[in-house]
Amino acid sequence: MSNVLQIAWLIPILPLIGFIINGAGRNILSKAVSGFIGSGVILASFVLSLFVFIQVKNGHSQVLHYFNFINIESLKIAFAFKIDQLSSLFLLIITGVGFLIHVYSTSYMHEEPSKDFAKYFSYLNLFVFSMLLLVLGANYVIMFIGWEGVGLCSYLLIGYWFKNNDYTDAAKKAFIMNRIGDLGFLLAVFWLITKTGTVEFDQVFSAASLQKLTTTDITGITLLLFVGATGKSAQIPLYTWLPDAMAGPTPVSALIHAATMVTAGIYMIARSNILYTMAPATQCVVAIVGLATAVLAATIALKQNDIKKVLAYSTVSQLGYMFLGLGVGAYTGAVFHVMTHAFFKALLFLGAGSVIHAMGGEQDMRNMGGLKKHMSITHLTFLLGCLAIAGMPPFSGFFSKDEILAAAYANKDMGGMLLWGIGVFTAMMTAFYMFRLYGMTFLGQFRGTHDQEHHLHESPAPITIPLIILAILAVIGGWIGIPEVFMHGGHKLEAFLEPVFRSSNAIATKHEHLSHSTEYMLMAVSVVGALIALIYAWNKFSKYEKTDKPSTGFSKLLENKWYVDEVYNALIVQPLKTISAFLNNVIEKKGIDGIVNGTGKAVNYGSRQLRWLQSGQVGAYVLLMVIGILILFIIQLFL
Amino acid sequence: MDIKAYIILSLTLFTIGIIGVLVRRNAIIIFMCVELMLNAVNLLLVAFSKMHANSIAAKASATFAADAQIFVFFIMVVAAAEVSVGLAIIVMLYRNTHSVDVNFLNRLKN
Repeated sequence: MSNVLQIAWLIPILPLIGFIINGAGRNILSKAVSGFIGSGVILASFVLSLFVFIQVKNGHSQVLHYFNFINIESLKIAFAFKIDQLSSLFLLIITGVGFLIHVYSTSYMHEEPSKDFAKYFSYLNLFVFSMLLLVLGANYVIMFIGWEGVGLCSYLLIGYWFKNNDYTDAAKKAFIMNRIGDLGFLLAVFWLITKTGTVEFDQVFSAASLQKLTTTDITGITLLLFVGATGKSAQIPLYTWLPDAMAGPTPVSALIHAATMVTAGIYMIARSNILYTMAPATQCVVAIVGLATAVLAATIALKQNDIKKVLAYSTVSQLGYMFLGLGVGAYTGAVFHVMTHAFFKALLFLGAGSVIHAMGGEQDMRNMGGLKKHMSITHLTFLLGCLAIAGMPPFSGFFSKDEILAAAYANKDMGGMLLWGIGVFTAMMTAFYMFRLYGMTFLGQFRGTHDQEHHLHESPAPITIPLIILAILAVIGGWIGIPEVFMHGGHKLEAFLEPVFRSSNAIATKHEHLSHSTEYMLMAVSVVGALIALIYAWNKFSKYEKTDKPSTGFSKLLENKWYVDEVYNALIVQPLKTISAFLNNVIEKKGIDGIVNGTGKAVNYGSRQLRWLQSGQVGAYVLLMVIGILILFIIQLFL
Repeated sequence: MDIKAYIILSLTLFTIGIIGVLVRRNAIIIFMCVELMLNAVNLLLVAFSKMHANSIAAKASATFAADAQIFVFFIMVVAAAEVSVGLAIIVMLYRNTHSVDVNFLNRLKN
């Protein structure tokens, strides 16, 4: 036990081994074997992570140095893992939720041919490996390797059913949008190297190195890092890939949305918290972008009919909350929300997967309804997930969301009242669309075809057991962060993460502590607001009738996602295509091809003319020779 | 004797040679004209050599500067060898075409 940190390198290596075995043996491994290996390595990682977590909890954080990764003159980048409170917490989330998703996948993907089945598991393992590398890396470069790895794996998994062109387009969209963000990350790292000469977290965040940075440097670096985070964590303006990422199999959506990938941006900012605290301008940008994303995505989710699309936009919206938390300096709150969100969003996605599985691939909620009596476990766990995300006490979402909202309210510099108001409004929308989803899916009458109704069944144990575990976590997960007003010393997570954010808290602008009565009032308003929205949605959508009437006006705007994709298409994609067409047709075909072909033609034509000189008449040759010599003489003598 | 006379004679011979090469069609005559040009140059070389030898002898102690005059003999030897090759070519030409008119020598055309 005491030297468990010495084998911490096994945590990311095990999924990598799983990836190699499943990837190399995809033609020979049976489904049972590849599923077992795929899930088993993650379970082993989880157990190790648990030991590491306990070790860290006892106060044994350390940086494990393995070898020098890059050695250029004075720049030395080590391949090292940083194991502290923040990374060990993320390790638990990633491997824990990841493991449940792997188990779930063994059943969900059972109808795939065994070759694709093993391929799927190898990608899933690689995904977890990349994410673990991202979280464990002790410097920005190792983090960037994982950062790129999850981008690649999301591409592979979203485009898993690659025979469908729409799906591969969605995969490409995810990859390209991520690349745009990655560029920001990379530039920030270069900037950091230029100014401080190091990328190791411990050195960068040390006081000596921070003194080398001017305010402009810090603001620039943090903004560029944030650009990276907007790509990976789906914030305005780079969020549109996430809803399209629904093209992948449902467990993949759960993995991307809950345990990995989208939390990378949050993790990175939480890790760089000291830089952000020193750049109030960036914090303001982060908070505003986060809040704007939260509202925008929530409004879109109100009118979506695809069960996975609603969940996707709700993820974008919840991520917006986390960025709001980071922006107002509530780093613990943001990390807390990452954790609770991982539980209930994984639960909701896996529940949706169970529904889709039972409906034979149907994803349109208008064709569902009344599933409550056919799928009792899915129904119950899903309801708990909905309550958690809607922020009902005492479910987990309530505590984390409340912490972020309270921090936003307390932040007077950014107009805390306004941030809080918009946040609560978004929370109400969250409750509304989640119970719209719940009502349309589980309540009322079944609206699908007769065949589908006949086929309805509760999913098998590998699907329901992860659902039950996640439901329990979604209910109790928030209890490690009970606010001070309810229970003194109840916020265990804050105490646990305190070393990570200590230096940040020391220099952050102190905001007035909210009085207990204010805090109670804030909670009451947000809970009552959400409850009203919840009850309204429950009543309205439990009696949902299918209509063919196309929506008009504002709801049509929402149904079409504010036409953001169309706007991007018109503003960025089409001009790019026009420029490319111009470059292709004019510059390439006329210009470059013209030069190349013109050279050939000129030589051809010139030779045909010069050919007449080759008359074969010796006299003519001699004459030319004499003329040539005369010309040389003239040049020599007179010029 | 003034060097100019040699230069003029040499130029005249050389020009005759060039014109002969250009206007005549008989391979043997062209060949002779080429030899004429060669010897015009040879003559010039000897003349200049003699001139320089005189001017050096006037200035410094007796140094026999006759390099070029020896060199001319070499050129003559080489020219003789060249003539034998050239004549051999012309003989072969005559055997093949029964003519020594260079205007028929355009077989490589097309």
